Amino acid sequence: MTDQWIDVCAVDDIDEEDVIRFDHAQRTYAVYRSADSEFFATDGLCSHEAIHLADGLVMDHVIECPKHNGRFDYRSGKALGAPACINLKTYPVRVEAGRLLLAITV
Amino acid sequence: MSPDNAPLVIVGAGHAGGRAALTLREEGYCGRLVLIGDELHPPYERPPLSKGLLQGTVELAGCSLCDSARLTELGIEYLAGNPVKSLDPAQHRLQLADGRWLDYGRLLLATGGRARRLPHVPEHWANVLYLRTHDEALALRAVLRPGTRLVVVGGGFIGLEVAATARALGCSVTLLEAGSRLAGRVLPQRLSDALLALHRSHGVDVRLNVAIETVQGSLQAEAVQLVDGQVLPCDLVVVGIGMLPNTELAAAAGLEVGQGIRVDAQLRTSAPDVFAAGDVCEFRLQPEGGFQRQETWRNAETQGRHAALNLLGGELPFEVIPGFWSDQYDWSLQTVGVIFTTEPAASRIFPDGGFLLFYLDSEQRLLGACGWGPGNSVARDIKLCERLIAHPGPLSACALADASVALKQLLRS
Repeated sequence: MTDQWIDVCAVDDIDEEDVIRFDHAQRTYAVYRSADSEFFATDGLCSHEAIHLADGLVMDHVIECPKHNGRFDYRSGKALGAPACINLKTYPVRVEAGRLLLAITV
Repeated sequence: MSPDNAPLVIVGAGHAGGRAALTLREEGYCGRLVLIGDELHPPYERPPLSKGLLQGTVELAGCSLCDSARLTELGIEYLAGNPVKSLDPAQHRLQLADGRWLDYGRLLLATGGRARRLPHVPEHWANVLYLRTHDEALALRAVLRPGTRLVVVGGGFIGLEVAATARALGCSVTLLEAGSRLAGRVLPQRLSDALLALHRSHGVDVRLNVAIETVQGSLQAEAVQLVDGQVLPCDLVVVGIGMLPNTELAAAAGLEVGQGIRVDAQLRTSAPDVFAAGDVCEFRLQPEGGFQRQETWRNAETQGRHAALNLLGGELPFEVIPGFWSDQYDWSLQTVGVIFTTEPAASRIFPDGGFLLFYLDSEQRLLGACGWGPGNSVARDIKLCERLIAHPGPLSACALADASVALKQLLRS
């Protein structure tokens, strides 16, 4: 088991206080840029019903699922109340030469 | 009066009742808690019934609020398949179908509804189906096969979602709507038109302004005959003409009932210690406003939760921003706030054919919005509209109509 760093996108491909969907090796991730330009990544599907979180709304450090208003703190993956009750898995990210990289364990 | 240690009882184990039960435990209530349902399944959410569950991509576990093991773990006594026969509010007790009496300290009625039946069709015809429950969805799934000639009666959300799923499964679909447009009771013309164009582009034969003369058949439905004389041969009829709220138990017990079980701002019925929530609940969002029921996921979720807080002694008024969505093919509509069937104050059009329609009050504050677009593309804007409704201020119709102005910017200006 080692971490493998995967290239996601250029840092400017994500707006501030926004989220994009990133698919890699049959998995889907949600990658966030906070209002103060920090980057984070979580599982891409809402833990309540399999819906892409990247279509949801980012406000401050919260992502709200597009359908059911399930809310998560995208920094920790913590579910913030019903109907979302299972935390999201988070993934390390880092910026290198203007590119955003995400670590997956292989 | 009931003894002090009488349990909290919830009648109805659908989404609202199930959410209430789970909320009571989350909020720390550790007394006796009884959940009574007439279906055998643990509580589940209904939106997948007409989509993923019907198509076979989702099973019951995928729409359940929790499984039986979790109910046991939480100490929720689940009486399944044993509906309530009568209610005696003066004595704080109710009687189950098997004859047993059960005392309650406080009671929540979340009895939901049932699909409205098409008149003059024999109940035993096995190919005239309705869609309200999980088991009804499974029965329908078993007969939606490639080449099946399906007639859908009703151009509301159930009928439209069934038509879309049936097309995906290869059925040939004719959809009959009595009104002049689809979902015309709740949606503005532009959304009805968009739905019509989408369904026709997917090969659904949509007939508007039609009335059914009779459903022909001997042992089962063989054709639907319209008032104008046309005969539509079919293998299967799905009826989606609305639901009837299950108010009989409450009415027989003398509770105030209108188009649903009437409640005050705290979701209390006219009987002491009895609350109502979900599809069956008739409530007012404004003290001066009219009574309404809402048959939506969001209402079941929020009212079930809210009723639980008040069962525990909260005196919280139910003040929420309503909303609903519908997914058809790979498009979705979503609404928030109060929308009207009339022309909106402003429209925002997107290059992909999607749009947002905004409804404003006389002071240019947002009352409601609805959006239409591929996938969940309008979800984010609808969520921003919810925040604009919650923090009302005058908005410029021009800015709302201008797709280059981010709604987030309007929220912060």
